[in-house]
Amino acid sequence: MTARISLRVVALGYLALLLVFPVAMVFARTFEKGVGAAWAAVTSPDALHALWLTILVAAISVTANTVFGIVCAIVLVRHRFRGRGLLNAVLDLPLAVSPVVVGLALFILYSRTAPVGGWLAEHGIRVIFSTPGIVLATMFVSLPFVVREVMPVLREIGTEQEQAASTLGASPFQTFWMVTLPAIRQGVAYGVVLTTARAIGEFGAVSVVSGRISGLTETMTVYVQDRFQNFDLVGCYAAAVVLALIAIATLLLTDLFKPKEEQ
Amino acid sequence: MSIAARNVSKKFKDFVALDDVCVEAPTGSLTALLGPSGGGKSTLLRVIAGLEQPDSGQVVISGEDKTGLPPQKRGVGFVFQHYAAFKHMTVFENVAFGLKIRKQPRGAINQKVYELLELVQLEGFAGRYPAQLSGGQRQRMALARALAIEPEVLLLDEPFGALDARVRQELRVWLRRLHEEMRVTTILVTHDQEEAMEVSDRIVVMNHGRVEQVGAPQELYEHPASEFVMGFIGPVNRLGQTFIRPHDIEIRLTPNGSTHEATVDHLIYLGFEVRAELTLKDGRNLWAQLRREEAKSLELESGKLVYVSVGHSRVFGRPAEEVHP
Amino acid sequence: MIYLSLIVLIPLAAVLWQSAKGGAGGFLQQVSNPEAIAALRLTLLASLVVVLINVVSGTLIAWVLVRDSFRGKGFVNALIDLPFALPTIVAGLTLLALYGPKSPLGLNIAYTKAAIIMALLFVTLPFVIRAVQPVLAELDHEMEEAAYSLGASPIASFRRVILPNLLPAILSGTALSFARSVGEFGSIVLITGNVPFKTEVASVYIYGQIQSDNVSGAAAVSVLLLVISLLILLAISGLNRWGTRHDR
Repeated sequence: MTARISLRVVALGYLALLLVFPVAMVFARTFEKGVGAAWAAVTSPDALHALWLTILVAAISVTANTVFGIVCAIVLVRHRFRGRGLLNAVLDLPLAVSPVVVGLALFILYSRTAPVGGWLAEHGIRVIFSTPGIVLATMFVSLPFVVREVMPVLREIGTEQEQAASTLGASPFQTFWMVTLPAIRQGVAYGVVLTTARAIGEFGAVSVVSGRISGLTETMTVYVQDRFQNFDLVGCYAAAVVLALIAIATLLLTDLFKPKEEQ
Repeated sequence: MSIAARNVSKKFKDFVALDDVCVEAPTGSLTALLGPSGGGKSTLLRVIAGLEQPDSGQVVISGEDKTGLPPQKRGVGFVFQHYAAFKHMTVFENVAFGLKIRKQPRGAINQKVYELLELVQLEGFAGRYPAQLSGGQRQRMALARALAIEPEVLLLDEPFGALDARVRQELRVWLRRLHEEMRVTTILVTHDQEEAMEVSDRIVVMNHGRVEQVGAPQELYEHPASEFVMGFIGPVNRLGQTFIRPHDIEIRLTPNGSTHEATVDHLIYLGFEVRAELTLKDGRNLWAQLRREEAKSLELESGKLVYVSVGHSRVFGRPAEEVHP
Repeated sequence: MIYLSLIVLIPLAAVLWQSAKGGAGGFLQQVSNPEAIAALRLTLLASLVVVLINVVSGTLIAWVLVRDSFRGKGFVNALIDLPFALPTIVAGLTLLALYGPKSPLGLNIAYTKAAIIMALLFVTLPFVIRAVQPVLAELDHEMEEAAYSLGASPIASFRRVILPNLLPAILSGTALSFARSVGEFGSIVLITGNVPFKTEVASVYIYGQIQSDNVSGAAAVSVLLLVISLLILLAISGLNRWGTRHDR
């Protein structure tokens, strides 16, 4: 019994020191100089622009990755083909590759001196130091989540419901829309929440490709660093708190969407 | 409304699931495909439904060749072993699914669905979700869903396989009645010989991807065409090449010209029926099936010496004959 | 597949192409730069320390979450995922707030190697816990009881019965946290000061090279990190196969 309690104390103490106190500290620092100062900091034009850009980038990446994720999960679970194992392995790459390397990769490919970037620049499309680059970087790092959440659900529901729908006269499209999609909706929702969290929180890759131009290519996370380096601690902590609140909201949402047996 | 599968073959990689199979189900019949698992019966059903494509052969429904058609264009009702209920839809929505796909007016859908729910005795359950139903109720819902599209033929794939024994028994009787009422040509896949004999009017016995025998239940029981059919359709004693049903073994207390000496090893009382496990003088084992009164009047008990005579038995590969064990 | 190529594969191929442009000699020259070597060594060492701590703390926390029961357990359980949800830059900032220059604890580890370890521990916290937790929860209590009935002490039964069953999960959680540690950037960049040869890790080094326009140098070190990532992915898929060997 005492052994059990001391284990509990050690575990909770570790979590408190590593997780709870530091996060609480950020909240405390933010409101050190009053709620007004914090509010002013997050409503400054640069902060608002960063927030807006973050939401825009997240919206595009999440939409693209959700569509891709569902299609890819169906292909991987329902079909057998050559290269399936390879595809499956490549999907995990974004989880294992350093965000800075992702940023570098896009930088090499799309900078003006590179063939692809140069060609795009001639046609008036700027990727690096601009929104498209940020979107690409975010898409890269948040790619696997929907696929990985949908695959086990698809496997579990099996094909019988889909076959039943087809014997009842439903076309493949109707079957997908009326049977498959509603059956996997929890997995999709969970994946979307995770993708959103990752998209909003991405820093390393975005930091490399964005050029960090205040009021133009700064997302929330880059803005936090920018404020820090400019010794504007209130602005920095306030923006961090906004992101932390989004993270906590994400946690609550994931708890809601988590498949029952995992709870 | 008849169903015919002609010379259907189907392989999964190296495994031959169907080997040149020909099966017919006449209009209005209830045909059972009976056999051990892996015997090809489910595959045949799925080929008929269009859920699998045969490597060769034809599927003809109501005189029309439907071989190349996808399942949604075949007009078949299919009921799955594990119900395949749409979990996110209510019972009503499940049954209405096929009608909605066919863009029927709402009033007609409502009427039809409630008619069917009454037929399958689920009137009060329209608003429930499948998770709130018992296994038997789910399967009745699945049947109503299949019947809603007024299929030309009804295909049931081990429909009662996932249910417990008592519910299975109830549903068999119920299915038999339903079929007598609706007269939709039906094929039922089962591995349970009792179920096949109780429900269907024709049985197709399948094994190793081939048809072993086709006939009425009684016919199969009395004139099995092969050792396999005889063994699958009822209990059997095997002595060398000879096959004897346990109820064809007579136990006497006195010998006569054609009896054999045996010892009673063990008696099993199953209510009305008593099973006597016997060892012949030469050491071979067999068991006999007697009525309770018979066992009583013979005063059978373990260790008792008796004399057995064999009534009807069969030897396969040669014409049936009386044999001496 | 095309989408995947466009988003993931082609950019990564570009890194390879860039690093190969200077030939093998150029590549070697870039990665044998003393600053690069120091950064790589620090990265690997720090990651190693971090995963070792994670093995113990992660297993312990998973154990407490599965086997113990106390008020607020659900809350603690939800908390574990916070490092995944929290942007890395914010993670770095939170640590700086508590353990930085104006630390209310009087504990200033900013700009030291300890800060790197701390930041990595923060962001990799969930991996081992989340890998071990479901396995531990599903582990048959009867197996332990059988061990007790055969005379094993609690410690012996943990070591001989439970641990072998948890091992694949622990290892795959460890591999994931190692991969994450090696590539981590956001949480480290604020708290370590990024002093070359002292607190500069590989990802920060790459970032610095990009900023100072040495793309080839950045690409060369990136290729090494990519190789490490790939090896870890391979190791994990191998581990998964090994972990299910008794079930086949």
